[in-house]
Amino acid sequence: MSLSTLLRAPQIWLQRHAQVALSSLGRLFNNSLASFMTCAVIGIALALPIGLHVILNNLQTISGGWDSGASISLFLEQSVSDEQAAALAQKLRLHQRIESVELVRKDAALAEFRRLSGFAEALEALDNNPLPALLVIQPKSDYSTAETAQLLVRELGLLPEADIVQLDLQWVRRLQAITVIAQRAVLVLATLLGLAVLLIIGNTIRLEIQNRQAEIEITKLIGATNAFIRRPFLYTGFWYGLFGGIIAWLLVAISVTLLRGPVSNLANLYESAFDLSSLDWMNILALLAGSAILGLIGSWLAVGKHLSAVEPS
Amino acid sequence: MIHFDNVSKRYPGGHTGLSNVSFRIEAEEMVFLTGHSGAGKSTLLKLIGLLERSSGGQVHVNGRNLTRLKNSKIPYHRREVGMIFQDHRLLHDRTVFDNVALPLVVSGLGHKETGRRVRAALDKVGLLHKEKEPPVTLSGGEQQRVGIARAVVSKPPLLLADEPTGNLDPELSREIMDLFSQFNQVGVTLLIATHDIELITRMNKRILTLKKGTLDGDTQAEGSA
Ligand SMILES: Nc1ncnc2c1ncn2[C@@H]1O[C@H](COP(=O)(O)OP(=O)(O)OP(=O)(O)O)[C@@H](O)[C@H]1O
Ligand SMILES: [Mg+2]
Repeated sequence: MSLSTLLRAPQIWLQRHAQVALSSLGRLFNNSLASFMTCAVIGIALALPIGLHVILNNLQTISGGWDSGASISLFLEQSVSDEQAAALAQKLRLHQRIESVELVRKDAALAEFRRLSGFAEALEALDNNPLPALLVIQPKSDYSTAETAQLLVRELGLLPEADIVQLDLQWVRRLQAITVIAQRAVLVLATLLGLAVLLIIGNTIRLEIQNRQAEIEITKLIGATNAFIRRPFLYTGFWYGLFGGIIAWLLVAISVTLLRGPVSNLANLYESAFDLSSLDWMNILALLAGSAILGLIGSWLAVGKHLSAVEPS
Repeated sequence: MIHFDNVSKRYPGGHTGLSNVSFRIEAEEMVFLTGHSGAGKSTLLKLIGLLERSSGGQVHVNGRNLTRLKNSKIPYHRREVGMIFQDHRLLHDRTVFDNVALPLVVSGLGHKETGRRVRAALDKVGLLHKEKEPPVTLSGGEQQRVGIARAVVSKPPLLLADEPTGNLDPELSREIMDLFSQFNQVGVTLLIATHDIELITRMNKRILTLKKGTLDGDTQAEGSA
């Protein structure tokens, strides 16, 4: 083989592949309605777990952001006076695990309650203040994770002045636990729907092989290798996967866009600047690559099973 | 070029295609294969093109022992054997050009060289002006010529034809046979199965006759050894 043919060989190989890739793409477009429906089914199947994944990611951002900001509310007994409360606050400020202590006196607590609850008139009727003093305790940052804060809560609960100790982290932890479960569920769902996509593509390719049986036979007669015959079907599977992935991406992106307004309204009510995040570029690349690979595998399975059955006679 | 040594073919279900057939065809020969319907003509051609495998004996084609050829090597063997069928076996969703180009595409020939060779083959069978048409717009004789162009485009040393003139009128049949003779004159070996006794006696070539799966006659052309 001369040097020039050696150099041309990969070029011809690429040329052939590009040609097969484009002609299978052309075939999809020629039959655009059926192809679109197949891609849409794949897209919807993929969009479901991916959309849930996006929601979970956002929940994690919320709960993760609150994790380190754990604060402990120590409600004192009704009988503890403001002065005693101030003394206790002073003592706790020296505690090695405590960063700061904020004292909310009984009056202040009542004023706050009045302002927020809307029971102002009802409270006016009471002669004495029913509310206890409150110490809002910020653990040192080393002790502010959910587990260590819990230890501090138990210790504070043993104080004689203590009535109720509340870790504001409780709901965050529950949310985190739920998130972990939900993540598992999404993983299972993704696996199942991934399998469904494999089956959809496999079945579509199987039908395609049936429709083109005569063509496959003739091409084999002429000396086509199995690899040659397989190639257009693999590309078809690849395109189905890729377009399905693109549709999934669009569905998720549109849904996030629709949700972004209401969510930021809700966040504003909680005085938070939380912004709903969508798929980033890495996610999108992974989604498209993953769906294309899924398409390839699906068609590979179908082709492996059904192509060898077609023999010329 | 072709050497059958005591070859048998039994089909699944017990039908006998061929039994104990031996003969030898040298390179550059042009040989007709005849016999009644069901005598085994198609079976014999299929064994040469490896569309079927023999169930006994040895088949050698172009220096290759087909009995031992691995399945994965079959495509490369078929590229060296041009096959022509009574029903043409053309792809109806492609143009005449693309049909003829198929063997070259399959073997991975470059674009330019493919175009050049396809046009040469179409020119040879007189259909260059139809290259952009789909095969359905062509007459039976024209479709057969497209099939012939496809079989010769990759310049195989051996051509097999199974009833190539089966559906054609005598005039067209003669044209096709003339075409085959021309290929033979440039060194291609041909083996042609046909019922058309009148046509082949006029051609004055070697004739192999099959009868119920066995070789019943091997008559050399008059005036040759
Ligand atoms: N695929 C097959 N399965 C089972 N039996 C077969 C098969 N193909 C051929 N046969 C049998 O083998 C024998 C030879 O058939 P073959 O097709 O070779 O005959 P032929 O000479 O080509 O006949 P024709 O002139 O009708 O084309 C017949 O008895 C036929 O029934
Ligand atoms: Mg026959």
